[in-house]
Amino acid sequence: MADRPQKQGLYDPRNERDSCGMGFVAHVGGRPSHEIIAQGLHILAHLDHRGGVGADPSLGDGAGCLIQIPDGLFRDWAEGERLSLPAPGDYAVAMCFLPGDEASRVAAIQRLEHFVRIERQLLVGWRDVPVDTSGIGAAVHASMPVIRQAVIARGPNVKDRDAFERKLLAIRKQTLNPLSREARAQDLPGLADFYIASMSSRTLVYKGMLLAHHLGAFYTDLANPLTTSALAMVHQRFSTNTFPSWRLAHPYRFLAHNGEINTVRGNVNWMNARRRTLESPLLGADLDKMWPIIPHGQSDTACLDNALELLLAGGYSLPHAMMLLIPEAWAGNAQMEPARRSFYEYHAALMEPWDGPAAIAFTDGRQIGATLDRNGLRPARFVVTDDDLVVMASESGVLPIPEEKIVRKWRLQPGRMLLIDLEQGRIVEDEEVKARLAGAEPYGEWLRETQFNLKDLPTAAYPPVRTSELDLQDLQQAFGYTQEDLKFFLAPMAAQGDDPIGSMGTDTPLAVLSDRPRLLYDYFKQNFAQVTNPPIDPIREALVMSLVSMIGPRPNLLGHQAGTHKRLEVSQPILSNEDLEKIKAIEDTLDGAFRTTTLDATWEDKGPGSLAAALEKLCVEATYAVLKDINLLIISDRATSKNRIPIPAALACGAIHHHLIEHGLRMQTGLVVETGEAREVHHFCVLAGYGAEAVNPWLAFDTIDALTDAPERQANYIKAIDKGILKVMSKMGISTYQSYCGAQIFDAIGLSQGLVDEYFTGTATVIEGISLEELAEETRRRHAFAYEGADQLDLGGLYGQRLGGEAHAWTYSSVANLQHAVRGQLPDKYRAFAEEINNGRSMRALMTLRPAGDPVPLDEVQPAAEIVRRFTTGAMSFGSISREAHATLAQAMNRIGGKSNTGEGGEQRDRFVTDERSAIKQIASGRFGVTAHYLVNADELQIKIAQGAKPGEGGQLPGDKVDAQIAAVRHSTPGVGLISPPPHHDIYSIEDLAQLIHDLRSVNPRARISVKLVSEVGVGTVAAGVAKCLADHVTIAGYEGGTGASPLTSLTHAGLPWEIGLAETQQTLVLNGLRGRVCVQADGGLRTGRDVAIAALLGADEYGFATAPLIAAGCIMMRKCHLNTCPVGIATQDNVLRARFTGTPEHVINYFFYVAEELRELMAGLGISSLDEMVGRTDLIEYAGAADHWKAAGVDLSRLLHRPEGDARRNDAPLRREPVARIDLAAQELLDGPLPAVLEMEVTNVDRSVGALLSGEVARRYGHEGLPDGSLAARLTGSAGQSFGAFLAPGITLELTGDANDYAGKGLSGGRLVVRQPERAPREAAANIIVGNTCLYGATSGEAFFAGVAGERFAVRNSGAVAVVEGTGDHGCEYMTGGRVVVLGKVGRNFAAGMSGGIAYVWDPEGRLEAQCNHAGVALEPVDDPEWLRTMIERHQKLTGSARAAEILANWSGALAGFIMVMPIEYRRALAALEAEAA
Amino acid sequence: MTNPTGFLEIARRERGYRKVPERLKDWFEFVEPLSAPEVAKQAERCMDCGVPFCHSGCPVNNLIPDWNDLVSREQWKAALERLHRTNNFPEFTGRICPAPCEAACTLNIDDNPVTIKTVECEIVDRGWREGWIKPELSLRGTGKRVAIIGSGPAGLACAQQLARMGHAPTVFEKADKIGGLLRYGIPDFKMDRALIDRRIQQMEVEGVIFRTNMEIGVTVPVERLMDDYLVLVLAAGAEQPRDLVVPGRELGGVHFAMDYLTQQNRRNAGLEHKGEEILATGKRVVVIGGGDTGSDCIGTAHRQGALSVTQLEIMPEPPVRENKALSWPHWPMKLRTSSSQEEGADRAFSIVTTHFEGADGQVTKLVGTQGDAPFALDADLVLLAMGFTGSPPDGIMKAADVETQRVGYETSRPGIFACGDFRRGQSLVVWAIREGRDCATAVDEWLAVNS
Ligand SMILES: Cc1cc2nc3c(=O)[nH]c(=O)nc-3n(C[C@H](O)[C@H](O)[C@H](O)COP(=O)(O)OP(=O)(O)OC[C@H]3O[C@@H](n4cnc5c(N)ncnc54)[C@H](O)[C@@H]3O)c2cc1C
Ligand SMILES: Cc1cc2nc3c(=O)[nH]c(=O)nc-3n(C[C@H](O)[C@H](O)[C@H](O)COP(=O)(O)O)c2cc1C
Ligand code: SF4
Ligand code: SF4
Ligand code: F3S
Repeated sequence: MADRPQKQGLYDPRNERDSCGMGFVAHVGGRPSHEIIAQGLHILAHLDHRGGVGADPSLGDGAGCLIQIPDGLFRDWAEGERLSLPAPGDYAVAMCFLPGDEASRVAAIQRLEHFVRIERQLLVGWRDVPVDTSGIGAAVHASMPVIRQAVIARGPNVKDRDAFERKLLAIRKQTLNPLSREARAQDLPGLADFYIASMSSRTLVYKGMLLAHHLGAFYTDLANPLTTSALAMVHQRFSTNTFPSWRLAHPYRFLAHNGEINTVRGNVNWMNARRRTLESPLLGADLDKMWPIIPHGQSDTACLDNALELLLAGGYSLPHAMMLLIPEAWAGNAQMEPARRSFYEYHAALMEPWDGPAAIAFTDGRQIGATLDRNGLRPARFVVTDDDLVVMASESGVLPIPEEKIVRKWRLQPGRMLLIDLEQGRIVEDEEVKARLAGAEPYGEWLRETQFNLKDLPTAAYPPVRTSELDLQDLQQAFGYTQEDLKFFLAPMAAQGDDPIGSMGTDTPLAVLSDRPRLLYDYFKQNFAQVTNPPIDPIREALVMSLVSMIGPRPNLLGHQAGTHKRLEVSQPILSNEDLEKIKAIEDTLDGAFRTTTLDATWEDKGPGSLAAALEKLCVEATYAVLKDINLLIISDRATSKNRIPIPAALACGAIHHHLIEHGLRMQTGLVVETGEAREVHHFCVLAGYGAEAVNPWLAFDTIDALTDAPERQANYIKAIDKGILKVMSKMGISTYQSYCGAQIFDAIGLSQGLVDEYFTGTATVIEGISLEELAEETRRRHAFAYEGADQLDLGGLYGQRLGGEAHAWTYSSVANLQHAVRGQLPDKYRAFAEEINNGRSMRALMTLRPAGDPVPLDEVQPAAEIVRRFTTGAMSFGSISREAHATLAQAMNRIGGKSNTGEGGEQRDRFVTDERSAIKQIASGRFGVTAHYLVNADELQIKIAQGAKPGEGGQLPGDKVDAQIAAVRHSTPGVGLISPPPHHDIYSIEDLAQLIHDLRSVNPRARISVKLVSEVGVGTVAAGVAKCLADHVTIAGYEGGTGASPLTSLTHAGLPWEIGLAETQQTLVLNGLRGRVCVQADGGLRTGRDVAIAALLGADEYGFATAPLIAAGCIMMRKCHLNTCPVGIATQDNVLRARFTGTPEHVINYFFYVAEELRELMAGLGISSLDEMVGRTDLIEYAGAADHWKAAGVDLSRLLHRPEGDARRNDAPLRREPVARIDLAAQELLDGPLPAVLEMEVTNVDRSVGALLSGEVARRYGHEGLPDGSLAARLTGSAGQSFGAFLAPGITLELTGDANDYAGKGLSGGRLVVRQPERAPREAAANIIVGNTCLYGATSGEAFFAGVAGERFAVRNSGAVAVVEGTGDHGCEYMTGGRVVVLGKVGRNFAAGMSGGIAYVWDPEGRLEAQCNHAGVALEPVDDPEWLRTMIERHQKLTGSARAAEILANWSGALAGFIMVMPIEYRRALAALEAEAA
Repeated sequence: MTNPTGFLEIARRERGYRKVPERLKDWFEFVEPLSAPEVAKQAERCMDCGVPFCHSGCPVNNLIPDWNDLVSREQWKAALERLHRTNNFPEFTGRICPAPCEAACTLNIDDNPVTIKTVECEIVDRGWREGWIKPELSLRGTGKRVAIIGSGPAGLACAQQLARMGHAPTVFEKADKIGGLLRYGIPDFKMDRALIDRRIQQMEVEGVIFRTNMEIGVTVPVERLMDDYLVLVLAAGAEQPRDLVVPGRELGGVHFAMDYLTQQNRRNAGLEHKGEEILATGKRVVVIGGGDTGSDCIGTAHRQGALSVTQLEIMPEPPVRENKALSWPHWPMKLRTSSSQEEGADRAFSIVTTHFEGADGQVTKLVGTQGDAPFALDADLVLLAMGFTGSPPDGIMKAADVETQRVGYETSRPGIFACGDFRRGQSLVVWAIREGRDCATAVDEWLAVNS
């Protein structure tokens, strides 16, 4: 089973991500049958498209099926073997994947048998699991383990079945836990592969590295009629790379999971930190045999499964445990009933949420259920039949069930649970389960008695110390304050309460390469979600976010004791100086429930080693304190003085946090950091990431007090930091501070492995760097500056260039030289420019090039005219830059055969047919102007997942930049601000990305499809996933990339240099055999020919530039793009300023030719004549090192330059799966005949993107206007696959009788969609689901009539479509900017969040809307245009036969009063302004 | 930045001048300051550029965006602090700097740079008025003695920096008063001499010792200083004027500009001057050389009551507008009209002077060519303002037996440093200050190692 490559170079198996389709069938009455298993397998086969295709198409990522133990099968076996099998329930089956080599296998078997014996259970025998290997590929065969089942009978020492299960757990844990150590000890490497897929008296798991449709054939048991079960839980995995393994397939022992656990690093740490506090009466001494509860090196689902099984073994019921692990959003939910809220709040102190997008199916064999994460980021649909079958799956229609048998079609809702109790024989609804659990104990009362909120505690007797004016500056200097900290951060934050915004990319050196002392925080780069999970919008979706922090010790997770445990809660983690005093005085205030001590985090410099000694002392003091029952530690650097240097706060905090975890003491104490160092958002995030439950930035407060005496100053500052933390958390898709705390969501760059292992254990680091000594030196220099040096604050120079400040790439001379070169055609000036850049302080400057052979004559090197075709200009939206600037770039690229990129703002249609056309059309989360017509006018379609300057974040185009033209391209209203949501709402996972690629490919099969990612640790794995989604092209953007506007926090602290991401991508793709499939592009901070050379050698085929060509066209790095005041007419829509634009295509062309010529000269010297030969040749890069640099000396690029075996280059015949579109192709034939025409067909969930291919063709033939209304109609029956009617063009009508899955009507471009349930269906349409999540996302025009309820995020970012629906899930009409939506039923929570245009009409006779609506930008009013509304409802009734519509129309005047109009305030104002203008 | 659109809303406004007829009547400064609120408004135009081209364009790298911002918020005192961080003598540069910063300002792409120099001048003038400028005493004294030769802006900046670092600098000046060209060279109407005296008082309190009438290499041997001081800094300027070696040069009435200008400085100060009286009163004056020294001669001649003033330039007439696309952010070649030229002077370009004619040993006429055409001009007083070639070859350079280096402030002799015009050749006051400062840092580093 040694199937996964080992960690090598930048490839690290732990970055693997997966995602998938899953589902279950169960008979509510608990009647086992073989039928159920067949149905389970059928579901699996119909989720096939959610899986990925690796380099070897016969190699699946993994599929599996969990069933109840089929007693018949085992009895039959026992009879055959003449063994006596106890009664059902009294024996268990361990599904074992045994090592292939004999010796290891024997050892494994002995091991298991040994522990069975030790625990006094009885081995009945070993059953060889019959398999049929005929259908599976060679690679699968090679990796196949020996699969056998151990049948174990309950021993007499175990009193009941539950105890038996606990015993089995103890056996399994002991058998497997120290396996790798054992393997080494016995010198049997194969032993480490021993794996037990399930071991229970109730359930049995069949799984493997198989394709979904192979599973049933492979395990012949599954086809054996003796195999019966009342439930079948199935799962199809889609791994981002091609190293799936047998054990990584789902289901695990209790769960199947579609999703990601973003906080898994922290969750695992916290679990293991419980060692000393965990006690269970049920498990008793067995508990101690189970450590580590969660072994390292597993997938996130496996970790969650481990946690779940501990909770179950510890006595929690299945639903209770799930609510504990994945709680609903309760903190900000005013609508939740108090008892349930108390339940969650109480449990918040027991366990930090396992946070991330998730649809989880779980079962213990007696109950089966499913739950969704708090934000509903995964789809889960279910049906209930009249013969008691429940079928739940990621998609509807996976199991063909006659419509007339279905009594209910519904979906899982965010945070909700579906539970089927097979023993009781009924479905237990979410409300009931939770009400029962919430009422089981008096949680509310317990909270009232034991929970203290800091704000309610009395003010301390002693006021906090104020730093004297005399000391202030010395302290500021000792903590490295600069003028910029005051000017760009503290002053504006104290005044406005916002995290400040900037523009363009960072062009300063990494902290480790900087000549200046930098704060330790600068060595940590924030991680962010891309593709495999979505970032959250913390503003518009605030209801799921929470900054609540629990300070202090945690109760025993398995204690179940009444709430005697005192808890201290803060509503957000930034403590004012007064707050901290309260905490220090808490022992007296709360009668000794909390005991605090302050640990001094400063040190006296006694030369080398003194910091290490100080840290050690600190850790010892902390341990000692905890052992003395001090349960609140305050790590403080208040003692900083002339003789005492502050230990970097993150270092002190990380050291203590990890030390206490390691000793199992962390749960017995709280950690609060009192520091003068933290001031920016990022600082607090790092402290939180390494365990700070709350932070008091005392010097920041003192500084603010010295800056201003505005009364709100401190409150504003805290507000700004809070908002910023929420944003950073949400970038990673994390919604609660509690789970963010300790989750270490960072990559370390420039820290040595030793330092990280010691104090920041588990954080990824890639290029090595400073050790503790250099860190001490840096700190010492700051301190010396304060007490021996200057009497003024350092300038900084990080955000605006200053002499003597931080170095920048773009300077007076580099800008001037470049501009003079391209304007005057002065090659010498270009050379001066390139020399300055190439000798800058960057990672690439540390590399030297080694010739591949003898130099080649320059004229034999590939000509510049060919090279420039590999260049593209970066995506920059028309909106962030002016039309003049945008068109100039497009013209230049068209002339030289390169490509320009529209950016995310669409493109004016008149440009499609001129030389101002951008060959690359971007599709971003805002979907501005993304119509079928836009898509067909592209040579490349780029899905922007992230952008280097602000990965994981959305954007905002302020209203004053939205003039008439921009509004026209973006299908919005002039003057109304536009929001790009942080995620693509149709990409929450890798399989979603595959779907979007499928959609785009369908609309425009001729275009290349590109996916733009940002460099971070793990990006290579994502890129491999992208390749497996059949994209043609992937862009790896570095953190230096530009932006039109972004918070400074992300600009400087998120993402990595492209060098790292590119190298990881190249290595991972090569290892996966996927490199040939995709073209790889580097982007973000490319400036010179040498940059291109390095990018090529590290693996890039193409090269993207944005800032440099803008500079060639006149940009002078004002960095005022976000203010609309660009004085050279580039990043502005102001007419006066636009007139100042002087750039020409020639300037840009000259620039690119200079770059190409510089590159050619380098190539000639290297002895390489064509670019293709350079790609991936890391052997030509030598790391020169920076031995003489005080910090950079430790940098080591060897992992970056690692060159794995394998095909390293793109091949010319990339694998393509042409979209199968039988319906579209049939319809397309009709296009050539007489119109109007009608088509009738059946449809299933495998038919995806119906209508997209046809719409592309229509747009190509007839342009934006498409066909006249009614030209072509398709009447379909069945369950349609995802993206039904995507980008549907004008003149086409799709009428579906049945239901549709997610993304119906995505990008609707003028066509008409009608979906209704069959007349014979025994269900009320308005109470059943008809279309899935995220319907009409980014629709620009057209109509949709859905006779039933839609899922979450209905009509999100709709900018022009008109729709009628009979109910919606949460977040309806989110970010809508135009069009109209009529809802004839209930809406979910957070309706109209971020809605800035268009109108919604909601029928709300019960008056629920008021509470469900997000009121931030909309007004609720009476209907202003009843006639229009009535006509729409009439049409809905006519087209769908809707009973609800008929009912409303029957009593129109009465019903009208029940309608509420949801009107965006800004929209109304803009409309009025437009009217006034017209008048 | 208080106002992101300030540059669009507020028009550039410079300090005005007193009217010509009036200002010609005296030797006082003729620039009229703007009101403080108006200066603050002008500062508001600054956009706090991401790459502040002004800041790199300014030879002392003044923190221009920073103090512009502070001034726009009327935080004058903080602005003064920030200004003094890079510039020891902003009241000098605020008056007589040609302001390359403004040429480099991003708003100059559009011909409307921020009035940086005006803001600078107001910050420091206000500082003096309010009494905010006080001696800055060093907390620690090293007692390390440094001799600085020359008391021009380079020597002064160097001395002040060294004193503030705790060292003990002594400035030696051959003239009878401190200031170099600031004292004897630059006309009084451009800069009031009292400004220098004020600074000298400040520096004396800070510990700088001034010794006048000491010509090193002549009155005091270099080697003596070498014995008494750890380091010597040569800041002796570039006093050797470029001569015009043509027939008739020896005639009376043909003088070096500096001789002429210095006399007037001394006259204004009520001091004696040696040698023959040179006055333009009632004369037809011809100034050869189109640079700043030439302009100063024009202004001085006008104030003395010249009959007519003509300025001849050997170079062809430069374009009126530079090609911004290729010049910005650098200092452009273009036709400039100085305030003195504005006061009334004929200007002729491409003039090559071939000889002077005279009567009674006095010059009467200048003869030459303009392009291919012959050229002649009547003249009673000819002033040669054709630049300087460096420090006199047989002066201090020879006495100290050193050569300056292109990079760095150390000379070929250990322990001897050089800065200002002496090192870089004829230049600007602001460059002299920059060099003086940097040289002080170099000296400090040297002292740390070598003593
Ligand atoms: C007429 C004129 C007008 C100018 N106008 C401007 C202007 O408007 N703006 C501007 O920025 N720049 C102007 N300049 C240039 C500017 O004055 C000089 O660049 C600057 O003064 C150089 O400073 P420095 O300290 O290097 O030398 P200087 O100012 O020349 O000082 C050198 C000093 O060293 C003394 N010295 C020389 N040898 C010895 C010795 N052996 N022993 C003792 N002392 C000695 C000299 O007497 C003199 O005082 C002008 C120059 C001239 C000539
Ligand atoms: C003004 C501006 C606007 C941008 N807008 C977008 C955008 O809409 N979508 C996107 O993917 N990237 C955007 N970017 C990032 C660029 O596409 C590109 O990735 C990055 O700027 C490349 O780095 P470089 O500027 O250092 O060359 C923008 C960059 C700038 C400078
Ligand atoms: S010293 Fe000269 S260049 Fe510098 S800011 Fe002042 S006027 Fe401008
Ligand atoms: S270049 Fe001009 S606008 Fe920019 S910072 Fe300097 S003075 Fe301000
Ligand atoms: S940085 Fe932005 S503001 Fe203009 S000058 Fe460049 S586009």
